[in-house]
Amino acid sequence: MSEQKYVISIWLFIGVLLLIYGVLIVASGIYDLYYPPAQVTVLGNLHPQIWWGALLVILGGIYTWKFRPGKG
Amino acid sequence: MTYLPAFLLAEAGRTRLLSLSSVDLAIVTIYFVAVLAIGFYLKGKSETGEDFFLAGREMTAWIAGLSFVSANLGALELMGWAAAAYQYGILAAHWYWVGAIPAMLFLGVVMMPFYYISKTHSVPGYLQLRYGESSRALAAVSFGFMTVLMSGINMYSMALVMKVVLGWDIHFSIWVSSLTVAAYVALGGLRSAIFNEVLQFMLIWLGALLIPILGLIEAGGWTGLQARIAHELGRTDYTHLWRTMGNFGDNPMGIHWTGIVLGLGWVISFGYWTTDFLVVQRVLAAKDLRAAKLAPIIGAGFKMMVPFIVILPGLLALGLLPIKLTGEAQAVATGGHSYNEVLPLMLARYCGPGLLGLGITALIAGFMSGMAGNVSAFATVWTYDIYRAFVRKDAPDAHYVKMGRWCTILGVLVSIGTAYLVMQFLSIMDYVQALFSFFIAPLFGTVLLGMLWKRATPAGGFWGLLSGTVSSVAMWAWVKVDPSALSIIALSPKAKDMAENMYRALWSWLICVTVTVVVSLLTAPKPEKELKGLVYGCTVLPSEQHLPLWKRPIFWAAVVAVVFVVLQVIFW
Repeated sequence: MSEQKYVISIWLFIGVLLLIYGVLIVASGIYDLYYPPAQVTVLGNLHPQIWWGALLVILGGIYTWKFRPGKG
Repeated sequence: MTYLPAFLLAEAGRTRLLSLSSVDLAIVTIYFVAVLAIGFYLKGKSETGEDFFLAGREMTAWIAGLSFVSANLGALELMGWAAAAYQYGILAAHWYWVGAIPAMLFLGVVMMPFYYISKTHSVPGYLQLRYGESSRALAAVSFGFMTVLMSGINMYSMALVMKVVLGWDIHFSIWVSSLTVAAYVALGGLRSAIFNEVLQFMLIWLGALLIPILGLIEAGGWTGLQARIAHELGRTDYTHLWRTMGNFGDNPMGIHWTGIVLGLGWVISFGYWTTDFLVVQRVLAAKDLRAAKLAPIIGAGFKMMVPFIVILPGLLALGLLPIKLTGEAQAVATGGHSYNEVLPLMLARYCGPGLLGLGITALIAGFMSGMAGNVSAFATVWTYDIYRAFVRKDAPDAHYVKMGRWCTILGVLVSIGTAYLVMQFLSIMDYVQALFSFFIAPLFGTVLLGMLWKRATPAGGFWGLLSGTVSSVAMWAWVKVDPSALSIIALSPKAKDMAENMYRALWSWLICVTVTVVVSLLTAPKPEKELKGLVYGCTVLPSEQHLPLWKRPIFWAAVVAVVFVVLQVIFW
């Protein structure tokens, strides 16, 4: 991919951002587990913050690792 | 657990729908930092005109394709079509399927070779090569003018959304978002706009995807949702795409299938997706012809899935929300909620802290990708098709790059001015949106004939484009002065506003094509040697026979086309 000729690929920016977002959202979900908010969302019992945040962490982690600077 | 969304607890005179927590605000702030970081990072990599205006023509098919579809995926589009789905049902999906997919595939397979091989910088640039300076001037001036005005209108609308949804100050929203876009586009040019659009595309999907997933779980799947909507409305036509299109009076849009297929699916869609430089510019940045052909096909694949995050939330709201949404005027009068608030309401329904911030970031990202598309396209058309063509022909490349950077900032400032103008005179919004539609259909006729018919002459192209545009304005004015004219233009007394746009586009395209053909036959054609690389029959198109089947653009276009047909059958 030609954009890889730059030191930092756009996919790395995306990976790091998703990783940060994932960590923040999972942390927020865990906090809500222990301190449930006064207003809950529909299907909040499924804890979407935790599994969606985890998905972002996984996606972000894969992109960050695969497109890290200096690789290949 | 009890569902107590903020909007139900708030008083009628509330100033916001949602409240963001500190995690949500952190997510939004980090997004702004990221897009600016990309702009600064790419600053030193856009020194030549080719770099700044065409991203060095080195984007892969995936990057160009995602950017192509992202530039169109504005926040107002997301919110507007979710609202339309609530109002009209699944019929709104026509704008994503028949109103986009065939045109995107046609661009990739048929038109892209001519745009790409001609090495044009822009769509008006192609018109100059094919028809001459007068057609280029007409297209460039109208495009440049309308692009910044549309950008301003979108800016104002988005700031208004942020005010209603989050209670943010309208001036704060306008200035912060527009100056951020100005900074990253002026710094990194089209490359920065494209890279940010790819980022924004990911965020839009990840921010909005949770609504349909949780919504379908709550509704009991698609069948459960259909049953709920039928129960709520007492009718089943809201979940069928084509079944009710046989008669103007049988569907909530008041439109006939001929209007959808010929007006939307043919003229408007092909006009927008194949000649609007805002989207075509992304594909021109592709690294080679194969990538340029694949990019719109990849874009079509993703575009086909967008109804999942836009139309489905509207339908879910129809079946699941405990309140009835109304038109804007009624909502203001009664203190209720309008159709336009569907997406924020669904965000509030399912998204807690963190996820709400991600959803709001998706809306902001959508807004900024649309605006970046406008200003980068404006900067290119102004610099190459107006300034270089008519003001200063022989300046060094660095001069035009400098002009492009200043144009980006100027374009944003004019957009901000337009936003404030609209704030004072709301009716301007309707007029400018109508004006934009005047140029699209005739331009498609002119470009299509230029590419496929070598007999089309410069005089034919110019007069066809002009007459098509003027006739579109005339029909619009006719209906404004005499609303009963709608029944003549749309061929039915039962036709509604939506049908007028479809048929007006169709007639203006037919007029453009007819005039172009007649004038061309009466005037001298260009010599064939001047049409090389521009017209079918005069251009040697590179063979793809040496590529394995799965690497050929035509193969993937066929795959997307098959999925498109299957979707029409499933939701018939």
